Amino acid sequence: MYCKMKHFGQKLYLGIVMLFLYAPIFVLIVLSFNRSKSRSKWGGFTTKWYSSMFSDDTIWIALRDTLVIAVLSALIATLLGTLAAIGINRMRKLPRSVMLGITNIPMLNAEIVTGISLMLLFLATGLELGFATVLLSHVAFNVPYVILSVMPKLQQTNRSTYEAALDLGATPAKAFFLVVLPDIFPGVLSGFLLAFTLSLDDFIITHFTRGASVNTLSTLIYSETRKGIKPEMYALSTLLFVSVFVLLIIVNRAGAKQDKKKAALS
Amino acid sequence: MALFVPVNFMKRKNTVLLATPYGLWITGFTIIPLLMVVYYGFTSRSTGVLTLDNIKLISTPENLKALWLSVQLSLLSTFLCLLIAYPLAMILRNMKAKSNSFMVMLFIMPMWMNSLLRIVAWQNILEKRGILNTFLSFLHLPALEIINTPAAIVFGMVYDFLPFMILPLYNTLVKIDENVINAAHDLGAGNFYTFIKIIFPLSIPGVVSGITMVFVPSLTTFVISDILGGSKVLLIGNVIEQQFQKLNNWNSGSGLSLVLMVFVLLSMTLVAKYDKGEGRTNVL
Repeated sequence: MYCKMKHFGQKLYLGIVMLFLYAPIFVLIVLSFNRSKSRSKWGGFTTKWYSSMFSDDTIWIALRDTLVIAVLSALIATLLGTLAAIGINRMRKLPRSVMLGITNIPMLNAEIVTGISLMLLFLATGLELGFATVLLSHVAFNVPYVILSVMPKLQQTNRSTYEAALDLGATPAKAFFLVVLPDIFPGVLSGFLLAFTLSLDDFIITHFTRGASVNTLSTLIYSETRKGIKPEMYALSTLLFVSVFVLLIIVNRAGAKQDKKKAALS
Repeated sequence: MALFVPVNFMKRKNTVLLATPYGLWITGFTIIPLLMVVYYGFTSRSTGVLTLDNIKLISTPENLKALWLSVQLSLLSTFLCLLIAYPLAMILRNMKAKSNSFMVMLFIMPMWMNSLLRIVAWQNILEKRGILNTFLSFLHLPALEIINTPAAIVFGMVYDFLPFMILPLYNTLVKIDENVINAAHDLGAGNFYTFIKIIFPLSIPGVVSGITMVFVPSLTTFVISDILGGSKVLLIGNVIEQQFQKLNNWNSGSGLSLVLMVFVLLSMTLVAKYDKGEGRTNVL
């Protein structure tokens, strides 16, 4: 009886925290179907925002730039970060801890300070704020996360396998791609996904480094918070959220099935 | 990959060289920018001479008030996050392994809805005639007036940063060996003692990393206070943002940022002391 109560209590607690986390998302989804443009009145059900969103150029350009910046910055960060992790992993103790210490800075520093510092750099070097400066800034705050994802995998890999490949006549490049990369690939992939996600959702650093010429979804939303957010934005966000949600559930189910197979085989 | 071919990676030196692009990168995009903040923070806007005036700006009554309020609200929200997240992480840890990666995913999922939009949605919920008050009046309960108050800002901070507390806590708790806990039980410790003596001490790296991951963004936010505080409540982040975006005064903005950096550095040293890079790795 006590155990059952405890179990129920745990479920209830999970449920309440879940409600807290999902309540605003639920509100946004409801707003995307609201006929009234006012965000506090319900004017009846409509799907018109889902069709008018396709003809809203500002939103599409912002979406395009957001995605391009996220993909590019994540790719560059993954390349730079993976190479760095391999190098740092082979460093002696002192340079290694210096490098890792500096790597920690963008992760632990206040985003507002990172944003300001990059803005000062760009303005002082005469770079015009815009797409390129946002891209550079996103790479700057993304690389550390890639390094942090790849490092543990590198430490788990056995160096002898790489050396064995060389002994058997592989070139270093071949040995790297055939032996080392498959071992660290999960870390590289999760680093990429993490970088992509962080870039997609960033507001503060983009706010300081974008100038007036480029908008991401976040900065567009921020500029609309005062005068009221366009319902098309709710529609687009709902669409993005639901597709990622469904995708993750599918991936998760597939992963669970594979685990079961593995368990059955062993 | 012609670049790789002539290089012998058996030699430590050659492998280490792979970190060169990154070394140049962090010099250019992390270290130099921070030095520029220091430079602007310590020089006068009009004359360019060395000065402490920008730093001293923090001592004006309104700036001091903003800083003090930021410290209070961020400490409170960090404490609330810990209070909510710890039991949650424990529950997730104790659930059967099968379902828990799915559960953890459910707690990260909200981050895929734009965070600014989620804060705007809270504005809808907490407003005077918002969803919460409509619901309360339906139940004949008195209305809550929390929008545009510090309480609403704490609410937003807890909401926005809670996942950053849950994840490191969960990651350290899930690594605790079940045998250690069983051993404590076998040696006669009750649930309470096992928690105090075994589980909590082992989870401290996660606690520390969670605290800094909530405290720093709460202390320095200007977005949450902008949206949920109206323009009535100013935090130190708002003051700095205005110096740059509205007043275009890089020097005083940099000076105030340096004051903020003192707090960031404090929490960095705290992390360096406890965290060995484990708690934060698995944010996704």
